[in-house]
Amino acid sequence: MNAILKTEHLNLWYGQNHALKDINLEMPQNQVTALIGPSGCGKSTFLKTLDRMNDLVPSVRIEGKVMYRDQNIFDPQVDVTWLRRHVGMVFQKPNPFPMSIYDNIAYGPRTHGIRGKKQLDEIVEKSLQGAAIWDEVKDRLKKSALSLSGGQQQRICIARAMAVEPDVLLMDEATSALDPISTSKIEDLIAELKKTYTIVIVTHNMQQATRVSDRCAFFLHGELVEADDTEKLFSVPKDKRTEDYITGRFG
Amino acid sequence: MASESKKVQSKVQTARRLRDAVELLVKNIFFLCGFVAVASVLFISVYLVISGLPAMLEIGVTDFLLGDTWDGKNGVYGILPFILTSLAGTAGAVVLGVPMGVLTAMFLAKVAGNRVAAVIRSAVALLAGIPSVVYGLVGMVVLVPAIQKAFHLSSGACLLAAIVVLTVMILPSIINVAETALRAVPKEYEEASLALGATHTETIFRVSLPAARSGVATAIVLGVGRAIGEAMAIIMVSGNVANMPGSLFTPVRFLTTAIASEMNYATVGSLWRQSLFSIALVLFLFIMLINVALNVFIKNKKEG
Repeated sequence: MNAILKTEHLNLWYGQNHALKDINLEMPQNQVTALIGPSGCGKSTFLKTLDRMNDLVPSVRIEGKVMYRDQNIFDPQVDVTWLRRHVGMVFQKPNPFPMSIYDNIAYGPRTHGIRGKKQLDEIVEKSLQGAAIWDEVKDRLKKSALSLSGGQQQRICIARAMAVEPDVLLMDEATSALDPISTSKIEDLIAELKKTYTIVIVTHNMQQATRVSDRCAFFLHGELVEADDTEKLFSVPKDKRTEDYITGRFG
Repeated sequence: MASESKKVQSKVQTARRLRDAVELLVKNIFFLCGFVAVASVLFISVYLVISGLPAMLEIGVTDFLLGDTWDGKNGVYGILPFILTSLAGTAGAVVLGVPMGVLTAMFLAKVAGNRVAAVIRSAVALLAGIPSVVYGLVGMVVLVPAIQKAFHLSSGACLLAAIVVLTVMILPSIINVAETALRAVPKEYEEASLALGATHTETIFRVSLPAARSGVATAIVLGVGRAIGEAMAIIMVSGNVANMPGSLFTPVRFLTTAIASEMNYATVGSLWRQSLFSIALVLFLFIMLINVALNVFIKNKKEG
């Protein structure tokens, strides 16, 4: 098991609030790791730490290491744009840019210096196919991405993240704003994507965690209570608190 | 008992009637206030057409609009120099003021720390509140001699001086409106861009600015409106001679300043005086055009 992302004694504070407490977690390559736990347990904070999106929050303080391919991402010599290019993120609320579908997908590659029309065309098609939305939008690439449905918009966002060819995809409750049909489409997509990418998802939905993830980590009050193979964690949880949570006794 | 309850009832009814009367009165006062604005616009429009059109027709619309010489005293009424000067002055102010204003707005909305932004914002608010005659005065005393010296001119009062003054004058409206538009850009867009590995600067220019484009366009049109309508500040720095705006260093006269500077000399009832009203009509049409453009932008903004 080759962990592409790994945290070592990761602690995070928002001002005085100790939001992540000594987290040690490995996220293996080409697997889906699901982060579960009640609201406010720190799982989204943890996810945002993995591509340093927490840097944007004032008053945040981080200790410990996040290793991406044996490189500590908090190392001063690490370029955060390099990191984010390799560790992509899909947000809870679909957030396509108010531009055409094509320009949305081409945004990342253009940012990283790809200008050739033909090359961009190829990337756009490949990414949209990868996100299983090519057939739905191929005739209207010049239309605004905001004209699509929520589920389509989210797949556009996944395609947009894929267009910069990342290693890791982070998904922050990427289906919580979507209807059941769109949700199942994206779950199918995740199963497909893990062949190419390493995926970390945050989800509130435990059925979803069992459906899509290989590994599962249970967070509570900023602590990592338990992390294991999803099947094991849901059938024989080691910790009483995990058992209480997954059987719906609280949360 | 029965009469008692009747009394109470009639009291209630009186109170209700009074309340309804007050409601009606307040409603009418509101309406009246709104009507004053509408009536003023209508009155000014009609008045300008009635008082401006005859002279224009008498002189001949083409001779008036395209005539390149203006000599009101001697009955030559061609206002092309004024029109071109107003257009050139406004264009110059926009070329200088829009990038400066939009960049300031981007700085305030996306880059500056709270304290720095607060200082700049209050300076901009002050700038907006300075009376235009003060702009003119400072321009006349400081800017005009500086231009004269810098370019070795016989006089520094010229188109360039007017452009510089106009640029500073339109900055506040551009900055305020553009900043508001930039602030309204959802944070999610910017996060998405950063998460793709774009830098902060790339994100501001390639996501925030395009997302705020209709607001920024509104800001520009407002700036144009302010520049083309200004008279007091530029009358003091532009030389006020009815020349064609041949170069940046030509002393020139604008549509606005032509009216302001000659109205006192033109005899009441003369064609000269009437032709000044015609200039006002032309200016008014320009302003209307700008307002139409503004409405189009605002409408586009609402539609997304």
